Amino acid sequence: MSERLRVRKPGLFTTIQDLGRPNAIMAGVPPSGAMDRFAHRAANVLAGNDEGAATLECTLNGPELVALGSCLVAITGADFDPRVNGQPVDMWEGMFLHEGDELTFAGRRSGARTYIAVGGGIAGDRWLGSVSTYMLAARGGMHGRQLMAGDVIAIAGPPVGPPSRPAISGRRLSRHLVPEYSNHTLQAIVGPHIRRLGAAGRRELFGSPFKVSKDADRMGYRLEGPGLDASGEELLSFGLAAGAIQVPRSGQPILLMADHQTAGGYPVVATVAGAAMPVAAQLLPGDELTFAEVSTEGALRMRKAQRAALDSLTS
Amino acid sequence: MPPPSSNPKVKTHALGDSALLAELGTRLDTALNTRAIALAAALKKRRDVRQAVAGYASVTVHFDPDQITHDALATAIKRLASKRPPIAEPGRLHRIPVSYDGPDMEAVAAQLNLKPKQIVEIHTRPIYRVFLVGFVPGWAYLGPLPEELELPRRHVPRTQVPAGSVAIAGRQTGIYPLPSPGGWHLIGHTPVKLFLPDSDPPCLFRAGDRVKFFAS
Repeated sequence: MSERLRVRKPGLFTTIQDLGRPNAIMAGVPPSGAMDRFAHRAANVLAGNDEGAATLECTLNGPELVALGSCLVAITGADFDPRVNGQPVDMWEGMFLHEGDELTFAGRRSGARTYIAVGGGIAGDRWLGSVSTYMLAARGGMHGRQLMAGDVIAIAGPPVGPPSRPAISGRRLSRHLVPEYSNHTLQAIVGPHIRRLGAAGRRELFGSPFKVSKDADRMGYRLEGPGLDASGEELLSFGLAAGAIQVPRSGQPILLMADHQTAGGYPVVATVAGAAMPVAAQLLPGDELTFAEVSTEGALRMRKAQRAALDSLTS
Repeated sequence: MPPPSSNPKVKTHALGDSALLAELGTRLDTALNTRAIALAAALKKRRDVRQAVAGYASVTVHFDPDQITHDALATAIKRLASKRPPIAEPGRLHRIPVSYDGPDMEAVAAQLNLKPKQIVEIHTRPIYRVFLVGFVPGWAYLGPLPEELELPRRHVPRTQVPAGSVAIAGRQTGIYPLPSPGGWHLIGHTPVKLFLPDSDPPCLFRAGDRVKFFAS
């Protein structure tokens, strides 16, 4: 492990995340991991890492970091106006920092979460197979907590992939392959309890605008919109998945995100396609969204397109 | 001998593009739960399945859509579910000491028209089954709770329930593994730790285990 960056200011809520611990759901532990996995994966590839290496997930504003040695970094996801030594720098491309360089963010322009990858992958506490931070259990990442001023970011190992760093630092994601974060349409596949809504309720779900309430975090977003009635016989609890849209008795849906509860008994009327979750991850309280019905095949086509966008970085 | 297992009608539903929910039934039933746990175990052996988690009477299957389609997996699940499940081994038995002094004990007693002593007697009588582990880290849904103790959830959930609280709701009982909000009736507490973050798996109970409470 070698130390690469010192945290001068941590930002509002910055945690170390990777692709999570999918097997921990057996114990009721949420899968966790980066909320916007496209941005997370892209940042890693741009920094010459495996897609599953850990990155920094910075919420609402960015940290202030000082390079302790030269390192390759990449910034993706939400646009918080990144600067190196005060000069604006491009997102979605790899760039070198040299000892003493300062990476800062001038302020949020769009989106909710920006990702910072460092060549070599960010080191952190590993818990149940993942270095993702899970604060409820105070495990993973930076000792199970968000970053604090004075923390030092180390890298886990030498950069993975092509050995020549200059070749990697030239990588950038074509603008047209960056997710359309400003389009808040979330494609969703109908779920196990869609029939409970009836035809009218189904039209409300797929068509009416919903607003992200202030009750929105890594566990999930409570949405405000037309009241949905999915009442019926009490359901026996069953295993859940990220993207599931639950409708509790209040009729205001809940969209489950990365740190979601692993089981529950509320009706699930639809599930957001995996490829639409990056857009969901960039929503903030007050943002409006709509759900658009998509077939499983349609969702998988979106998935393939995202895969191709990531592959374009290394081809 | 259990009755010969008939072909349960398995319904599968998409839970997004890389998970599906296989429902074996809709009743709180030990036999259904045994089948669900066996089906989850069988599915986990498949290379195209990333994880399979048994619910009360269902299995949530996370799969790799690059390796198998939803429809092909649904067919495979129906085939697996139609096989007679292996005889389930009895789950491990946990004996859990409880101080029956929860903040809701008096209210529960009044609502059920029972004395606290009778509640303790009834709650400690059965050997409960761990139907599923989930919701929050280490939480286990235990049941069935004797009918005499059946109550709907609290009208107003508590914003903070202390870890170790022993609670009841409906035909279920459980122990809060971490401080968390909760709507169940708190009848006691236990010093036993259910969430074990430094063990793997990080929880005391596993689906299919058995739990016996005793007054301490």
